[in-house]
Amino acid sequence: MAFRSAVITFPGSNCDRDMADALEKVSGTAPHRVWHGDHDLPEGLDFIALPGGFSYGDYLRCGAIASRSPVMQAVIAAAEKGVPVLGVCNGFQVLTESGLLPGALLRNSVIRFVCRDATLKVENAQSLFTSGYEAGQEIVIPVAHHDGNYFADDETLDRLEGEGRVAFRYAENVNGSARAIAGVLNAAGNVLGMMPHPERAIETTHGGTDGRALFESAIKGLVGA
Amino acid sequence: MKVRVHVSLKPGVLDPQGRAIHHSLEGLGFTGVNDVRAGRLFELDVADSTSDETLDDMCRKLLANMVIENYRIEKVAA
Repeated sequence: MAFRSAVITFPGSNCDRDMADALEKVSGTAPHRVWHGDHDLPEGLDFIALPGGFSYGDYLRCGAIASRSPVMQAVIAAAEKGVPVLGVCNGFQVLTESGLLPGALLRNSVIRFVCRDATLKVENAQSLFTSGYEAGQEIVIPVAHHDGNYFADDETLDRLEGEGRVAFRYAENVNGSARAIAGVLNAAGNVLGMMPHPERAIETTHGGTDGRALFESAIKGLVGA
Repeated sequence: MKVRVHVSLKPGVLDPQGRAIHHSLEGLGFTGVNDVRAGRLFELDVADSTSDETLDDMCRKLLANMVIENYRIEKVAA
């Protein structure tokens, strides 16, 4: 069964090709490319990816304008029906701005843009996106962002931790995120937002392949081994 | 009708930009600055018939992120 995925491109997205390439290399099927102004998604999608970048120039707040674009209404409806949605970097910001994930991403506490490899600890290895890892496993995934400082109030953070919705945590907190959170899941477990870029770590020429298991987990979980 | 919308970070939300501005002010030799919080000001020109409810809606749906920010609407006399 072919894996039907889509990568959404907003004006200012710049990791959409990397994301599409990763999905195609791991699944064997090229994803649909969907433009922000489209009102409808292709039929029968197994997976939707919101890529990194600087949608709408980061005007207003990172991800704010993108989250109100026409295609996001369709993405929100699909996510609510259970279609898996992965948001990476700017995609994570779009997911919080759209209300699909709790919290917000503030300017890095160090002020500077942070671009480096980050070691992450896999906190939840049971989810659709993380079943290819082991709980507590440390993986190295690149980060490249200015606004990745995850914020939510204490009550929300306690709930996220209590429900196992913290997918990844930074081994070394590179951006000041609350409780070093690098990636969070929604309550149903079909939406994952993360600042680090797994699509930049899927083949040895990338300098590491620790991101590959994320895509493999999702594809295996959705269309079988 | 001219409307100003002031958006500011909620108390307790870390403001790295405000902190950097604070440090910069101190670097320029200004003393006695206890704290700096950075916010945004929007100046809107809207139809006179725009209701307070609609203005509120604009703030909640787009101008402010209610997870981290508060807003205040100020109508400017013509």
